[in-house]
Amino acid sequence: MTDIAPPPFRNEKALRRLKKRRAADARFRLYGLSAIAFALLALSTLVASIGLQAISAATYHKVEFDVVLDPAVIAPKGKDTPADISRNVDGFYALIRSNLQATFPDAAQDRLTTRQLGDLVTRLAVLPTAKWVSENPTQIGQTATIKVPLSDDLDLYLKGAVSKEFRLRLGDISAVTETAPQQLQLTGAGAFKALESLVDVQRQEVGDAVDARSILISAGATTGRVTRMDEDQAEVTLLTGSASDFSSVRPTARMIALPEPERNVSDLQIAWTLALKEKGRISRVPHTSLLTHTDSTYPELAGALAAIVGSLLTMMVTAFIAIPIGIFASVYLEEFAPRNRLTEIIEVNINNLAAVPSIVFGLLGAAVFLGFFGLPRSAPLVGGLVLALLTLPTIIIASRAALKSVPPSIRAAALGVGASKMQSVFHHVLPVAGPGIFTGAILGMARALGETAPLLLIGMVAFVADVPTGPTDESTALPVLVYSWSTNAERAWEPMTAAVIVILLMFLVTMNGIVVLLRRRFERRW
Amino acid sequence: MVQQLGHLPMGWLMLALLAMLASGGFFVGRVQAERFAGAGSARVHSRPNYHGYYVAMWTFVPAMGVALAYGLLGDGIVRSMLSSELPANFQDMPRVELDVYLNSIARAAYHQGYSGADRVFSAITNRFLELQGLIKTATIVLAMVCAATGFLLAKRRVAPGFRARNRVEGGIEIFLFLCAAIAIATTVGIVASLLYESLRFFAEIPFWDFLFGTRWNAQTSAEFGALPLFFGTFMIALIAMLIAAPVGLFAAIYLSEYAGPKVRGWVKPILEILAGIPTVVYGFFALLVVAPAIRSVAIWINTTLISTGLASEPLLAAQPTSALAAGLVMGIMVIPFVSSLSDDVINAVPQTLRDAAYAMGATKSETVKHVVLPAALPGIIASLLLAVSRAIGETMIVVMAAGQRARISADPTADLTTITVQIVALLTGETEFDSPKTLSAFALGLVLFVITLFFNLIALRVVQKYREKYD
Repeated sequence: MTDIAPPPFRNEKALRRLKKRRAADARFRLYGLSAIAFALLALSTLVASIGLQAISAATYHKVEFDVVLDPAVIAPKGKDTPADISRNVDGFYALIRSNLQATFPDAAQDRLTTRQLGDLVTRLAVLPTAKWVSENPTQIGQTATIKVPLSDDLDLYLKGAVSKEFRLRLGDISAVTETAPQQLQLTGAGAFKALESLVDVQRQEVGDAVDARSILISAGATTGRVTRMDEDQAEVTLLTGSASDFSSVRPTARMIALPEPERNVSDLQIAWTLALKEKGRISRVPHTSLLTHTDSTYPELAGALAAIVGSLLTMMVTAFIAIPIGIFASVYLEEFAPRNRLTEIIEVNINNLAAVPSIVFGLLGAAVFLGFFGLPRSAPLVGGLVLALLTLPTIIIASRAALKSVPPSIRAAALGVGASKMQSVFHHVLPVAGPGIFTGAILGMARALGETAPLLLIGMVAFVADVPTGPTDESTALPVLVYSWSTNAERAWEPMTAAVIVILLMFLVTMNGIVVLLRRRFERRW
Repeated sequence: MVQQLGHLPMGWLMLALLAMLASGGFFVGRVQAERFAGAGSARVHSRPNYHGYYVAMWTFVPAMGVALAYGLLGDGIVRSMLSSELPANFQDMPRVELDVYLNSIARAAYHQGYSGADRVFSAITNRFLELQGLIKTATIVLAMVCAATGFLLAKRRVAPGFRARNRVEGGIEIFLFLCAAIAIATTVGIVASLLYESLRFFAEIPFWDFLFGTRWNAQTSAEFGALPLFFGTFMIALIAMLIAAPVGLFAAIYLSEYAGPKVRGWVKPILEILAGIPTVVYGFFALLVVAPAIRSVAIWINTTLISTGLASEPLLAAQPTSALAAGLVMGIMVIPFVSSLSDDVINAVPQTLRDAAYAMGATKSETVKHVVLPAALPGIIASLLLAVSRAIGETMIVVMAAGQRARISADPTADLTTITVQIVALLTGETEFDSPKTLSAFALGLVLFVITLFFNLIALRVVQKYREKYD
C-alpha cells in the first residue's frame, strides 16, 4: 500500500487561500447588494419625504362665519354693480373682521391685538365669497354662512407643523380667584403635578431654555398663559374666554416648544384658534382649491390650475410638432435613407442632440424664437416649440428601434404583391410598428412634461393669475410652479410644493402606466 | 378699410385657405383621372387618387411656401417699412428703444387700434395697421396666384400614361427627408445662436479674461471671470460621480452577474424610476431634506472639533445650500444612467469568456474583476462619460440647492455656483438682448455645449466601436 499524496490544491496553504478568496467573493457580492440598497433607500427617502409633506397639504382648515351681507358694507351706493361687488374685498373683509371682533370682544383693547385678530384670515380670502354674492345678488341683506380658509401659519399650527407641542390633562381645579384684571389664580390639590414634572424633564433636556416656552392652559373656549406655578397652584394670564370655564371643565395644558418670539403665530392667536375650534367653527376639509385656484401670494389661497392648463397647452404644442416630425424622420432614416455621408451625419447628430443639456435648448429658444422671430415671452407656444426640439431625438430613436424590430419578411411580402416601397412602409410596416412608436412618443412627452430649465429661460416662470386660454397667452407650467413655489420663504409653501409635485408625478405615472399597458398588450416577438 | 384688413387673423385664414386649396386640387385631379380610368380605354398607370394627390401637392406646396415666408418675414418687413417712414427724431433713437416703441405700437394695434391722447402714437399705430393690412392682402393674393399656377400646371399633366404615383412618392420622400433634416437644423440653430451671441459678448469682454478670470459678478458689476463657475461645476459633478460611479457600477454588476431573473425584473425598473423623476423634484428634495441635514451635520462637526480642542474656529462653512447637497442628490439622479448602460455592456460580454474563467477555477468575483470588467471596460467608461456630461449640464438641482455665490472653495459644505445656475440667473426675468450681462449667458452656454459635446462624442464613439466588436 502506498499513501496517496494529497492533491496540490488540498494542502493547508491552498485551503487557507481558498477561504480568503471565498470571503472576497462574498464581500464583492455584498458591495453589489449594498449599492442596490443605497439606491432603493434614496428613492424611498425621496418619495417618503415628499409624500409626507404632500399629505399634510391634502387638507386644510376653514373657518365658518355667520354674517349678514349688509348692503351698506358690501355694496355701498355708487359701487353696487356686480363687477364692483366682486371686487369689493375690503367690504367683505370688514364683515369678517367685525364678526371676529364680536366673537372675541376682549380683543378690541388696542390696535395691535385687533390687527392680530384680523390676521386669522387673509384679506384676499374673501374673493370667492365676493364673486358668489355678485352672481347671486338676491343674497344681499340676507344672513349667509361663509367658509374662508384659515391663515397659513395657524393652519400649520393646527396640523402640528409649527412646533413640537406637549399636551396633557390637568387635575380638577377647585378654586379660581381673580387677582387683577385678566390675572387668575387657579387652585387645585395636585392639579399641576403632571405639568410640573414635564417642566422638570424638559429642563434636564434643554436647560433653562424651558422658561422661555409658553405653557397654555385651556378649558372649553377659554385659554390662559401660565406665568408662575407650583404643584397645587398656578397664576394665569387670561388670553381669551371667561374665568368660570376653568372650574367647570377639566383643563388641558400644552407646552409649545418654540418660544413665542421665534414663531409666526402668537399665543393670543393660538388661543383664539383653539376657541374657534372648540366652538366647532373650524373644520378640516379636503384642499380642493389646490386644483381649482390659480397662483397667489398667500399659500392658503394658491392653486395650480393655471399651471396645469399651461402644461397641457405646452404639451399639446409639443405633441403636434414632435410626434409627426419624429415619426416621419425615423421612417426616412430607417427605410429610405441611402447610406451616404449626409445620413451618417444626421444620425450622429441625432444621437448627440439626445445628450445635449436641456438648458442649451432653452438658450436656443431664447435667442431664436424670442430674439429672432419675436414670438411672445412666457407663451406655451414657445415652450412647446422648445420642448418639441428637445424631445425630437428621443422620439426618433425610439421610433427607429420600433421600425427596426419589424421583420424584413413583412416588407418583402408587400413588395412581392406589387406594392411600391412607399406603400409597403405606410400600409404595412408602420401599422405593425405603431404600438412601439406610440410608447416612444409617450415616453418623450413624459420627459418633456418634467422639463423645467428651458422653460425658465423663455420666461414661463412669470406669476400668472389667470388661466391661459390659448397657446400665446402668458402662462406657466407645473414643474416651473414647483420651482417658483419652492423658492418662496414661508414655511406653508413646502407642503404646497410637495402637493404640486404629487400632481406632476401623477401625470407622469399615468403616462408611464399607459406605456406599460401598451407593451403588455402589443408586445410581439418575431 | 386697409386698416381693417390689418386685423385679419392670418394664422387661421391661411390654414383654412391651404386646406381648401389642397382638397380642391385633390378632387379636381381625382375626378379628371376617374373619367379616363372609368372609360377603361387606355392603360392607366396610376390610380385616380394619386392623380388627385399630385394636383393637390402642386396646389398646396407653392401656397404653403408663401405662407411660411409671411410667417417668418411678414412682421419684420412691416416694421422696417414703418421705421423708415418714421419722423426724423425717431431715426436717431437707439435700436433697442425703437424696438420697444414698435412693440408697444404692435400691442396697441392688435387690441383694436389706439384711441388714447398721444397723437403721434395714434398716427403711427394707424399706419402700422395699414401696412399690416397691405402685406396681409398681398400675401393672400400671392398665395392664391401661386396656388393657381401650380394647380393649372399640374392639372395639365393628368393623363392615362402619367406616372402620378411615382411623382407623389418622390414628393413624400423629400418631405420625409426634410423632417429628418430638422435635427440638423436644430444643431445648426444651437451652434449659430450660441456663437453669434458669444461673439458679440467677446467683442466687449476679452476671451481669455472670461475663461481664466477669477472674479464673477455679472449681476451687479461687470466682472466676467468664469473660472469660479467652472470650478463649481467641476466640484459638484465630481461629488455626483463619487456617488454614482461606485453605486451604479456595483448595482449593474450585481444585477447582471448575481441577481436571479426575479430580483432583476423588479429592481431594474425601480432603478429606472430614478431616471424618470423630473429634476425639479430632486431639487426640491435637496432643498427640503438633504441640505438642512448636511448643514446640521457640518455644524455638529464644527462644535465637536472646537469642544475637543482640535480646531479654534468653525472649520466648515455649513451654509444652508451647499455643493455637497447638490452633488449628493445629483449623484442619486445619475445612478441609473451609469447602471443601465453598464448593465447592457456587461450583458453583452459573451458567456464563453465567463465559462473559460470558471473552468480555470476562478470564483465569481474574480471572473467579474479579471475577465468581465476588462472586456466591458470601454462601454463602462462610455457610460461614465455620459453620466458626467449629464451631471455637468444638469440645471434644476444646482439652481435650487447649490447657491449663487461664485467662489473657489474646496469646502463641500460651502455654497458654490455653476455654469447652469448662472445661465438661469442671468436670463430669468426681464431681459434685453444687448447688454453684456445677458450675452454672457450665451458665452457660458457655448462653453457648456462644447464640454458636453466633447464627452458625448467620445462616449458615443466608444459605444459604437464596442458594439461592432462583439456583434
